[in-house]
Amino acid sequence: MGNCCIFLPVKGRKLMQLKGQLIMYNLRVAALLGSVFGFAFVATAAQAADPIKIATIAETSALGGIGIPRAAKIAAEEINKAGGVNGRQIEIVEYDDHNSAAEAVRAFQRAAQQDKVHAVIATYISEVMLALEPWSGRLKMPLITPGAASNEITKRVHDDYDHNKYVFHGYLASTQIADSVCEGAKKLVVGDLKMKTAVVMSEDAAWTLPLDEEYLKCLPKIGIKVLDHIRLSPDTTDFTPIYNKIEGEKPDVIITGISHVGVQPTVQWQQQQVPIPMFGVSSQATNATFWKDTNGAAEGVAFQMVSAPDVAVTPKTIPFAQKYKAQYGDWPGYAAYTAYDDVYMWADAIKRAGSTDPDKMVEAMEKTDYVGTIGRINFLPKGDTFAHGMRIGEGYITGLIAQWQKGNPVTVWPDAVAKGKLGFPSFVKLPQ
Amino acid sequence: MLALQILIDGFAISALYALGATGFTLIFGVSGVLNLSHGALMAMAAITAWAVADMVGGNAYVGAAAGVIAALICAFVTFRLIVRPIQNSRAIPGEEKEIFVLTGTLLWGIMIQEALAYLFTNTPKTVRPLIEGVVSIAGVRVPYNEVLTTAISWAAIGLLWLLVNRTRMGKRLLAASMNPRGLTLLGHELSSIYLLVWAIYGILAGIAGVLLGAFLGVSSDNAGTLTASAFSIVVLGGLGSVSGSLIAAFVVGYLETITAYLISPTIRTVPVLLLLVVVVYVRPQGLLGRR
Repeated sequence: MGNCCIFLPVKGRKLMQLKGQLIMYNLRVAALLGSVFGFAFVATAAQAADPIKIATIAETSALGGIGIPRAAKIAAEEINKAGGVNGRQIEIVEYDDHNSAAEAVRAFQRAAQQDKVHAVIATYISEVMLALEPWSGRLKMPLITPGAASNEITKRVHDDYDHNKYVFHGYLASTQIADSVCEGAKKLVVGDLKMKTAVVMSEDAAWTLPLDEEYLKCLPKIGIKVLDHIRLSPDTTDFTPIYNKIEGEKPDVIITGISHVGVQPTVQWQQQQVPIPMFGVSSQATNATFWKDTNGAAEGVAFQMVSAPDVAVTPKTIPFAQKYKAQYGDWPGYAAYTAYDDVYMWADAIKRAGSTDPDKMVEAMEKTDYVGTIGRINFLPKGDTFAHGMRIGEGYITGLIAQWQKGNPVTVWPDAVAKGKLGFPSFVKLPQ
Repeated sequence: MLALQILIDGFAISALYALGATGFTLIFGVSGVLNLSHGALMAMAAITAWAVADMVGGNAYVGAAAGVIAALICAFVTFRLIVRPIQNSRAIPGEEKEIFVLTGTLLWGIMIQEALAYLFTNTPKTVRPLIEGVVSIAGVRVPYNEVLTTAISWAAIGLLWLLVNRTRMGKRLLAASMNPRGLTLLGHELSSIYLLVWAIYGILAGIAGVLLGAFLGVSSDNAGTLTASAFSIVVLGGLGSVSGSLIAAFVVGYLETITAYLISPTIRTVPVLLLLVVVVYVRPQGLLGRR
């Protein structure tokens, strides 16, 4: 195009004239193209001006963690397609904390100070969240966790509101999880299976301290006697001595509180044919790949969730799960549902606040009344024991109990949404 | 009943430790290499076995075979790509070569670990057991797989013993570990000896990894712990001594099992570490070590 070396069979001035005309022609084309590009650039720049940046800090090498940035991106895409927030696009900035609180803090500092994000969605590990919380206050950076459970998270907001008000708890607190398990157990374990005794088996971690405390309170209230309370190291690989001990105590059921471990105790439970069913919290069991990871040993494992791909907790639950599966090949883990909701809630808070000023965002977030994938989300106010935690109960967030059956997680409680009944492998002995 | 449970469990875990440690000490004894990517290699074998079994519709045997082959290939890669270039390098002074190999294999182990975490996440995977179900041994319920693990571990160690003590190739291997120069003076190619040793190591580590994966489950996070475990057993038994490692493996296996059952599963590894400290203090060359 516009080749300067067009040779015409004319020499001298004629050639110069033609060359000159060619050059002018080229210049005009260039000017036209330049202005078109310039206009387009300015136009897109104006649109791209000031995106709303939301950071995700998660353990992307863990199944529970990778769902967080993935789900966040799905939400951002949807919001942007619908026009963004007040014309501004949402940009998700991802960080991997490699399961380390120290790295998460560094990522948080970088997100706030260098990358200048407007909000953070972080982690499903309580130890990591608790390490980030003080930084949220220091750097005045709104922060929410889609999956960590420790009661400490909201306790700190309650105890020092002015400093910690930027923190929101986007998942149930351990105490609330325990209560949810007890509710389910009341119907399924005591009502249907007529069980009377249990051993509580949890991993020794920050989130299980309030969980176990509540288990020990709520289980007797539903008629179950707790025979023993075992806390195992999250680094345990050989569970044989533990199952051996539990079997010696002859409980009717094992009430679990495990998250860091999951595949190994489940596989060993099945391999050793421990005749006692497991019921309770098992975060890894909420992952769609749990069946494959355990080569089917998950059959019969009953676990608590707030959302499942087969239950329309809200009209948004199943469409989100389907979309996630279509894009990533697997059903979302539990923290993915909440991370998806969290992006929408931050966007909504920024819209209502009319700005990304942290204090205004916090004020707006406190007034959230949003129907997400896990239920209707309201944050508890300053002064509540679980300040900035979610409101739990009928009409808001309730739990589900699901069970792995023949390769699929089947919801078994509450009755209103149950898709199946509890069933156990043949080696499990149920009371007659 | 508890005593029998401890006896059986301890035996199974010790056999597994023995298998892992034997390969580790063999490589050190013959080739002078402290392979700190040992744990990563075992984890890789287990995870490959899981992944392949899944791909072929659940065939445990194909998966296990794939795991061992993967370990063999990785052992060769470790030798040719990491260890040999360092050992042959002219830029590194002779006395420092061991440290460089150590560091090289450590970094290589981390690379493998990270690759596993990236491709498969750090969720533990279990290798399908070759035989499902349980058997009752004098009233104690033992999974068939545990019995198989013990049997295969011992079979592998037995075969190794046969190889080293009864075949010509094995005798050359032994000679190479005692005096490599002497061996070359007799006209033997050292390079084929090293190739053999690494091949044996790859197979042993692969079998150990696959069995461990079936027995307890393995994740990329375990790579470091597995190396440390093999290392402490080998130091306890004496670096370079295969029989030393065998004895040490049983000492460690039983000490851990007894601690887990009678004291608490949480502090399972503590007595072993204390023992290690005592041994290194009192008899640094280990039980049967030479160096």
